[in-house]
Amino acid sequence: MTLKLPMYMDNAATTPCDPRVVEAMLPYFTETFGNPGSRNHAFGWAAEEAVDKARRQVAKLIGADRKEIIFTSGSTESNNIAIKGAAYMYQNAPAGSDKCRGHIITGNIEHKAVLDPCKRLEKEGFEVTYLEPGPDGIFTREMVEGALREDTILVTLMWANNEIGTINEVPQIGELCHDKGIIFHTDATQWVGKMPTDVNTDNVDLLSLSGHKMYGPKGVGALYVRRRRPRVRLVPLTEGGGQERGYRSGTLNVTGIVGLGAAAEISLQEMDSERERLLKLRERLEGEITKQLDTTQVNGHAQKRLPHLTNISFGFVEGESLMMACKDIAMSSGSACTSASLEPSYVLKGLGVGDDLAHSSLRLSLGRWTTEEEVEYAIGNIVEAVNKLRQLSPLYDMHKEGIDITKIEWQAH
Amino acid sequence: MAYGTKVVDHYENPRNVGNFGTTEDVKTRKDVGVGLVGAPECGDVMQLQIKVDESTGKIEDAKFKCFGCGSAIASSSLATEWLKGRTLDEGLSIKNTEIVEELSLPPVKIHCSVLAEDAIRAAIADYKTKNEQD
Repeated sequence: MTLKLPMYMDNAATTPCDPRVVEAMLPYFTETFGNPGSRNHAFGWAAEEAVDKARRQVAKLIGADRKEIIFTSGSTESNNIAIKGAAYMYQNAPAGSDKCRGHIITGNIEHKAVLDPCKRLEKEGFEVTYLEPGPDGIFTREMVEGALREDTILVTLMWANNEIGTINEVPQIGELCHDKGIIFHTDATQWVGKMPTDVNTDNVDLLSLSGHKMYGPKGVGALYVRRRRPRVRLVPLTEGGGQERGYRSGTLNVTGIVGLGAAAEISLQEMDSERERLLKLRERLEGEITKQLDTTQVNGHAQKRLPHLTNISFGFVEGESLMMACKDIAMSSGSACTSASLEPSYVLKGLGVGDDLAHSSLRLSLGRWTTEEEVEYAIGNIVEAVNKLRQLSPLYDMHKEGIDITKIEWQAH
Repeated sequence: MAYGTKVVDHYENPRNVGNFGTTEDVKTRKDVGVGLVGAPECGDVMQLQIKVDESTGKIEDAKFKCFGCGSAIASSSLATEWLKGRTLDEGLSIKNTEIVEELSLPPVKIHCSVLAEDAIRAAIADYKTKNEQD
């Protein structure tokens, strides 16, 4: 088989739509185009039926009841509704909380779609604790427990990190929150569809997911809102027609929702075999790169990581030139430096990666259509690129000569 | 980001990569001037070394190493090409704007050419300092 270049290894950014998903969606553009809110004719009923099916498909994927699924435009919107909606609903709820509207716990390596709503709430009189993970990137029950206050109303921590793939102690953190009567939200964008999920045994109250991370279409996602033990209530951010139990007004994106439902069903069926296949490919990729190159580091916990994702740091190589040398591989890059066009990664900085200030990192995320040939090509290309750039790197020479580059007085410019 | 053809050429076929000895060696070599500029945390470090022919006072050879983006690599590679055969004063006359023009660097990459000019000045200054001490 000939390799098609450029190849796609950025499935944590987005995935291609599965053709089976597209096929399921097509009739809903032109034939079954009704508004599910039209209760008095067949066009509306057919659309409502399609949405209901999708609701069941998504609910099944995460072990929820279909009534607990709120369709949204994606995880960013789900996170906003969950975090702000819960904060407004439960503000001033705990006894003796007169100094602020309520206390929220999150992590400093969360996605911006969690951090920015939290920052907004801080400006509005809530107090937020940003937990710092250990060098392995994981948030534990103990960390949350240590930050709890009398007036804590909400804990929001992602299930798996988008840059390094580390998996947080969600079931344990959820258990703690339930014991204390605190609402627990998790941004499960990178997790759902890849890993087995059960909102009941995993003790989750609110969960965000996105269609386009699991081979569904972009612009559609869902928020799981627990209805029993405890019954979670939210203050809606968007008001209007009262769709989605009033939590998310606006005509439903029927085609997108049908696609999300189909994607959820396929993911559930193929999850186990896919996970095993991708883990093997990931191990091969990671193993060979770290074997063939010195001064590399796989970021995040060695085992507690998503099976299809790896984030590797390369010492003495600059990020932009590394991307230039690997231009046939679509992947993400993080950098510790501040001046290049690459944004420095706050996630890697949060882990303490990059304290030597002279490395760059690549995030490779494999997907449903990643082949062995592609993985072999990526290994060869990345190893060659890093070797080439190290031959050019004065810092690598110094490292080889035993000079500690952090001890040199550099002239920042 | 799209790179100019000359940047890509220098990046893919960098001229005069290398040095005239280890960091310790070149410190004591009087015929070699070393310029090390930039900082790892800024994402650019350039090392430029010139070897001067004492009899003619001309730069007979120049080598570079660079930790940085494609434009930084191209700027330092180009600098070594331009330095060869010049006197020290002629070397000092190289301006960053000429590098920008030659490589068609976009505004966000002008600092790479500034760094290359700094590296040239630092290497020549190092050579001069070493030879003044006599």
